Amino acid sequence: MNDLSALPLWAAILIALLLVAGSTLTLLGAVGLLRLRSFYERLHAPTLGTSGGVLLVLIASMLCFTVLQQRLVVHEVLIFIFITLTTPVTLMLLGRAALYRDRTEGNDGVPAFEPEEIVSEADQ
Amino acid sequence: MSRVLPYPLLTAGLILMWLLLNAFTPGHLILGTLLAVPASLAMAQLHPAKPRLHNWRAIARLAGVVIHDIAVSNISVARIMFSGARLPRTSGFVAVTLDLQDPTALALLAWIINNAPGTAWVEYRAATGRLLVHVLDLKDDQDWAEIIKNRYEPLLMEIFE
Repeated sequence: MNDLSALPLWAAILIALLLVAGSTLTLLGAVGLLRLRSFYERLHAPTLGTSGGVLLVLIASMLCFTVLQQRLVVHEVLIFIFITLTTPVTLMLLGRAALYRDRTEGNDGVPAFEPEEIVSEADQ
Repeated sequence: MSRVLPYPLLTAGLILMWLLLNAFTPGHLILGTLLAVPASLAMAQLHPAKPRLHNWRAIARLAGVVIHDIAVSNISVARIMFSGARLPRTSGFVAVTLDLQDPTALALLAWIINNAPGTAWVEYRAATGRLLVHVLDLKDDQDWAEIIKNRYEPLLMEIFE
């Protein structure tokens, strides 16, 4: 569709730097997923890719196609919104499931079940 | 206003999304509006909680705080991964009692906490307002409870309550 060689040098350098930074963050997140010790610690690792990593890659994409097509290309914003809205749902689901399991099995290192102190007017 | 456009922000958001996905032309503005208005009317049939935004200046302040915090925590978590994920480090749960009750505000707080690497929203009990957050690098237990309590909660309360 577009010839990438039409990119001016400054844009090419900037885009390459953004892409390398974004993919490095994502890679570090993936490494963390492998190397961190507990399940709860591993919950944090992919967030690197879904916040900072995706943002830098999307900025690179916006810059690249804005320069190539000579018009403002910003629909990557939507990708960012949908990724950051949906991944935390999985994260919370997994976190709660793990916590529930650990509490039921009586494992160490997790806070105990909390009693429902106020039951009266809370669920309205 | 309320009969035709029960959720003006939602309608505007849908039209903007349509324009972003296609092109900013008058034709797509009309087509997008024709799609967005029935869509938001359908949404109204579900009777979702209707958030009221009170303080637009607080929204801008919160956005600034959140962008800064997400950038900083990205760097610090990346540094943890880089310098060795297996180094001794205390990670653990932090419990905070929230005064915030608006569901939309809580959803936004969950978004903030989960999208900042290094903190994960694990459990929230609506009955007691107790929130459990897991923190990857726990330098001081009091610290994190206070960050959520003093940094985010007052702004969210200003915006939604």
